[in-house]
Amino acid sequence: MMADSGPKEVAVIGNTELTSAELDNNIINTMVEIEKGTSLLRKMEISVAEAEKRTGKNTVNMQEIYTVYLIETRPVDALTEGITPDSLWRRYSEFELLRNYLLVTYPFVVVAPLPEKRAEIVWHKLSADNMDPDFVERRRVGLENFLHRVASHPVLCNDNIFYIFLTEDKDWKEMVYETGFQAKADSRLKAVNAAFRVKNPDGRFTELKHYSDELQTVLSQLLRVRARVADRLYGVYKVHGNYGRVFSEWSAIEKEMGDGLQSAGHHMDAYAASVDDILEEEEHYADQLKEYLFYTDALRAVCRKHELTQFELEMVALDLACKKQQKEELVTGTVRTFSLKGMTSKLFGQETAEQREAKLQVLEQQLKEGEEAVKEKNTETDEFVKTAWVDIERFKDQKDRDLKEALISYAVMQISMCKKGIQVWTNAKECFNKM
Amino acid sequence: MSRTIDAVVSPTQTNTIPADISGQMLDLDEDDDLEVFSKDLTLADGNMFNASMPTSPGSMVNQCKFEEDEESDSKDIFITVDNPESHVTAIETFITYRVLTKTTRSEFDNSEYEVRRRYQDFLWLKGKLEDAHSTLIVHPLPEKFVVKGMVERFNGDFIETRRKALHKFLNRVADHPILSCSEDFKVFLSAQAWELTTYKKQGPGFLSRMGETVRAVANSVRGVKNRPEEFTAIQEYVEDFSNKIGSLDKVTQRIVKEQKEYLEELKEYGPTYTLWSGSEEELAEQLKGVAGCIERCCKETEEQVGHLSDTLVPVLHEYVLCAETLKAVLRRRDNIQAEFEAKNEALATKKVDRDALKEEIDKLEDRVEWANNALKGDWGRWQRSMRGDLKSAFLSTAEKNVDYYEKCLAVWETFLLSQRTEPSEETDRDNTP
Repeated sequence: MMADSGPKEVAVIGNTELTSAELDNNIINTMVEIEKGTSLLRKMEISVAEAEKRTGKNTVNMQEIYTVYLIETRPVDALTEGITPDSLWRRYSEFELLRNYLLVTYPFVVVAPLPEKRAEIVWHKLSADNMDPDFVERRRVGLENFLHRVASHPVLCNDNIFYIFLTEDKDWKEMVYETGFQAKADSRLKAVNAAFRVKNPDGRFTELKHYSDELQTVLSQLLRVRARVADRLYGVYKVHGNYGRVFSEWSAIEKEMGDGLQSAGHHMDAYAASVDDILEEEEHYADQLKEYLFYTDALRAVCRKHELTQFELEMVALDLACKKQQKEELVTGTVRTFSLKGMTSKLFGQETAEQREAKLQVLEQQLKEGEEAVKEKNTETDEFVKTAWVDIERFKDQKDRDLKEALISYAVMQISMCKKGIQVWTNAKECFNKM
Repeated sequence: MSRTIDAVVSPTQTNTIPADISGQMLDLDEDDDLEVFSKDLTLADGNMFNASMPTSPGSMVNQCKFEEDEESDSKDIFITVDNPESHVTAIETFITYRVLTKTTRSEFDNSEYEVRRRYQDFLWLKGKLEDAHSTLIVHPLPEKFVVKGMVERFNGDFIETRRKALHKFLNRVADHPILSCSEDFKVFLSAQAWELTTYKKQGPGFLSRMGETVRAVANSVRGVKNRPEEFTAIQEYVEDFSNKIGSLDKVTQRIVKEQKEYLEELKEYGPTYTLWSGSEEELAEQLKGVAGCIERCCKETEEQVGHLSDTLVPVLHEYVLCAETLKAVLRRRDNIQAEFEAKNEALATKKVDRDALKEEIDKLEDRVEWANNALKGDWGRWQRSMRGDLKSAFLSTAEKNVDYYEKCLAVWETFLLSQRTEPSEETDRDNTP
């Protein structure tokens, strides 16, 4: 299920289209000397090797404990096998910053999500504590997965900020801020506005938005129920541990049955203990589903961006249409629409010929500018739709592959659980036979 | 646990039990090296029937060996309890059960009987058996009420559980070499309802029974002084056993509860995959497959829980009740001994008619010996039954669990197989140029 670093035909196709877009649109930072279209993952081994607790003063000068993660990188090269990798430490908030930067800089990309900040959907045995070692471990895996996703993305892998995030300790934050990406972030208000007032969004994006809403709902529900099922299963297995204890005590007072009971009791203990591993494996499956649950946010973000660009196009086009009409009115002298100017001229008399000429000239200029704007916006919108849809197709393929594999691994887990159950109860049966 | 009613099996050897069995010798299998065991009913506590045939105490010293194998070979009485029916009268509503008996025993006039009995009647029978044989171990009856929550006397499950327990009770009595010869037992199996009512009215009145009870209580308060070591050992065992079986009962009921709750959640789990499949294209088939697997596992889980409830829970519960029975039996034995000891002491101290007292003491001494032997004999028998019952119940549970996991395994393996065969593998089939 991890981001694959295999051959990417789709990426190559996508990239030839993307090149111009990349150059024209978003990237301010310099390109790294890596072949375009090649996954970074093929050139570099990336791992989040460890997690450690640190203490320090936060922004309000209070002591806090936080976790840092060790990022190790090493070029994939036969000659460098065995050489210690480069490494640096990063905390979760830096990953967040990186992701936000990528979201803003590449709005047409479905950017991989980060693992949960806080443990949300858990079953009772797992603590919701961020400091809990199991949670930290799963987060470590999630962060590594995130880096792999980005490093194997045909577009994102070429980003310099990303590269520096992986390789350079100092001043990375400053560099990110210097890109000015925060200023480029679309305001929430704008996005909401666009969502409600856009007239002709591309149907595919509307569909995609519905799909991501549906997927979010169903995955949330599925994860919740799965957690409850896990909880119950835990209960069933653990209660059997009591059999172990009681059988053992009972065997002490029985002559003929003693041995059989005693050994049966051991198997009951084994049965009770086996559930821990079973559920830990299942947690991995849940994490795979969670990644796609969080992906729905990224999908919706792309849809929103489309709505925004489309909306802006429509606004510009509307403005142009308005101006054209104004010109027409001015030229023909007819006032078809109500305007304050029209009213005042009626009340206070017509304009002079010079005044009209001046106005016409301004309008002509505005019209030319407007037409340029429309052309620009049109190109922008088209480009966005094209590049976004390429990435969406890439995402869909990835999703289908990953989830198919996840479901298969789930079946494998169930099979393993059944086999363990058969073994334990067959053994217990043998012991009962000896009673 | 219903026994099939086999065709009446003629035993290989005839039992020479005379028509009138009250106070008669119980003749077990001739092949067996069994001592004849007589039941002098005057020596049995609480029972007022006079023995028509006095027997020497000496013959009672010899224990009867109750061989399990012999009993099953010579099984000559088959009983089923079934067909619960509700009866409504002006005063009350109650359930009766059909009791069907097939037997070749000669003390029965017919070879088949069909009667209807209610729970009260079973209680009566048990009481009579315990009165007549206070140190024999009578299998417990199901409880009057289920204490938890409401009294659901007319709930289907409750009735079925009770029916099975009543069936087991009668069959245990039928299997018992001494108890099965009880006149009360015979009447219970064969008399029509009105006949039973009449019969019940005979026998020791309420007041005389009260007298017995008072005496017993008085004796138990005094306590027994020289309890034989083996009975102390048995008592200790019974204490421990009672604890253990009580714990097992609780644990098992808890497992049932947890399993049921697991099942409830599982029932909601499958449908979420189906719901998801509605939003997907490529994944739809697979998701529906997973949903199907979970649903099938639900069915298996339901069956497994049912089996646990039907097989293990009732047996454990029965033996919880057995432990209480055993405690009572031990107490009664102690009381008999205490009574003897009290009179014995009186002999040394009180100025009474020494001859009369001596005779009474002799009788009591015999009674003690008889009671001890009865208990010892039955104790071995009970232990064997207990081991058999519990072994069989646990075995059955383990087998069912293996079966459960095997079925679930098959479900998921089938699914996995369907996933691993790619449809695109069909392209190589066309070989012809």
